[in-house]
Amino acid sequence: MEKPLTKNIPPNGDGPLPLTAYEKAGGYESVRKALNASPATITDLVTKAKLRGRGGAGFSTGMKWSFVPMGKDAPHPKYLLANADEMEPGTFKDRLLLEGDPHQLIEGMIVAAYAIQADIAYIFLRAEYTLAAKRLSRAIAEAYEKHYLGRNILGSGYSLEIYLHVSAGRYMCGEETGLLNALEGKRANPRSKPPFPPIAGLWGKPTIVQNVETLCNLPHIINNGPQWFTSLSLTADGGTKLYGASGKVKRPGLWELPMGTTIREILEGHAGGMRDGVKLRGLLPGGASTDFLTEQHLDVRMDFREVQKAGSRLGTGTMIVLDDQTCPVGMVWNLERFFSQESCGWCTPCWSGLNWAERILRAMEEGRGQMGDLEKLEFQTKFNAPGHTFCALAPGAMEPLQSALKYFHADFEQHIREHRCPWR
Amino acid sequence: MLTVEERQEIEAEFSRYPNKRAVSIDALKIIQRHRGWVSDESLRDLGKLLEMTPDELDGVATFYNLVFRKPVGRHVVLVCDSVSCWIMGCENLCQRLATRLGVSLGGTTSDGRFTVLPIVCLGACDHAPTLMVDNDLHGDVQPEKLDELLERYK
Repeated sequence: MEKPLTKNIPPNGDGPLPLTAYEKAGGYESVRKALNASPATITDLVTKAKLRGRGGAGFSTGMKWSFVPMGKDAPHPKYLLANADEMEPGTFKDRLLLEGDPHQLIEGMIVAAYAIQADIAYIFLRAEYTLAAKRLSRAIAEAYEKHYLGRNILGSGYSLEIYLHVSAGRYMCGEETGLLNALEGKRANPRSKPPFPPIAGLWGKPTIVQNVETLCNLPHIINNGPQWFTSLSLTADGGTKLYGASGKVKRPGLWELPMGTTIREILEGHAGGMRDGVKLRGLLPGGASTDFLTEQHLDVRMDFREVQKAGSRLGTGTMIVLDDQTCPVGMVWNLERFFSQESCGWCTPCWSGLNWAERILRAMEEGRGQMGDLEKLEFQTKFNAPGHTFCALAPGAMEPLQSALKYFHADFEQHIREHRCPWR
Repeated sequence: MLTVEERQEIEAEFSRYPNKRAVSIDALKIIQRHRGWVSDESLRDLGKLLEMTPDELDGVATFYNLVFRKPVGRHVVLVCDSVSCWIMGCENLCQRLATRLGVSLGGTTSDGRFTVLPIVCLGACDHAPTLMVDNDLHGDVQPEKLDELLERYK
């Protein structure tokens, strides 16, 4: 089984390959290849590879690029942004790529930037990833020395600057347009769409924002072709995927596996199943803002379409496992507390509704739940549905809540009836 | 007054962005690196350099949770309280921290050694529960080993 994304990452946690070793392993080959092709050819290859964004939304990468104005009348500077603001609770996949193989990200960024003819690229990194910051700074400096970056890259006539921007916290920065505002030195409130960032993004100029894992796939698509990339997958979406599991499983961790691997194989085969003495009750398949799935879904294939059919989202592909010794109401309270705290306060359904939901859940956990609370929570899931809010934060927050109300209804009722949390 | 060093570090950032206000978050962090936190006075001085009013700049500073507008201890402990760490027992860890240091979340020890803050998911969920002290990530933190861990930070 091929593992293009992680093949150069030392398994023992050692530092990444130095540039010379990375080059020896085929590193930066894709830059040479891309620079010899036209930008449209690159976009076409990526579209044919069926690469969908790995940040959670799963938008087609090639299609996103096709919205960028090209040609001599296109506005400049154009920007490419790597979203390395990994802050979705339960998600720890980009950390591995950033710390383990920073050159792979830079190489992918050069390919993407060339395809949209970007002039400037930023890596938007969350502040807590201190080791990644150190390794990225070093890798960027190395890439400049070898003329993979800067003016007239490898004599091609194409120029690109890459800067590392280390952020200062807040989940909202990971939202595409919140990220644009944060980079402009403003509060990370979301922007009204349209216009969409590929047309008018950073400082009003065409901008593409891609997740780290998405960008890291690009060198391999360019080197091996779209057919090879789609053949890595078990289903309709191309490539491999970094899957993860956390919670009370025997071996929490991350694994690069074919896209479309089943939940069962990840959970039982790779994570070793549940710890002794606890049973599986449910799981969030792709981070905090995805709907719960339960035991009946173990044979669902983890790709964008199949997980959606099962009533949830692939999200980031890193699952959070709920066991029978952990209170589902307490877990949802923890999630809603996070979303309520991280709401930027820009639109009312979000700042007011999430806070309300959080207080109801807290009351239940503290034995103050009342009849009618479940109806209020149900109401919130409708009130904060997609289309009612400025960005995807609040609708995302409703996903674990609405599915918990469905699968763990009896547990909520027991909290209210007995005026206590049975797990405390 | 900004020191020469602070000013030079901030001005070095100007070349990476098309205008001065874009540097505001980097600049706030530079000041914090030198002084531990961002005072009202620093904010006014920085506003002049970035051509922003103190209020505009404070609007930015107060949005980002890792820009400190109050003094903090010599070491900042960030304890993850997000979902995976919660499942793996971060509440016990927080309690242990509070008893050991005699401060609740948000507080600074009386000797000025530690400030303890909650933080969202640190992206190391396969090693939950996690915390950071300054720039160091610590995973699989057992409450009973906490004393040993904190001893490294004087």
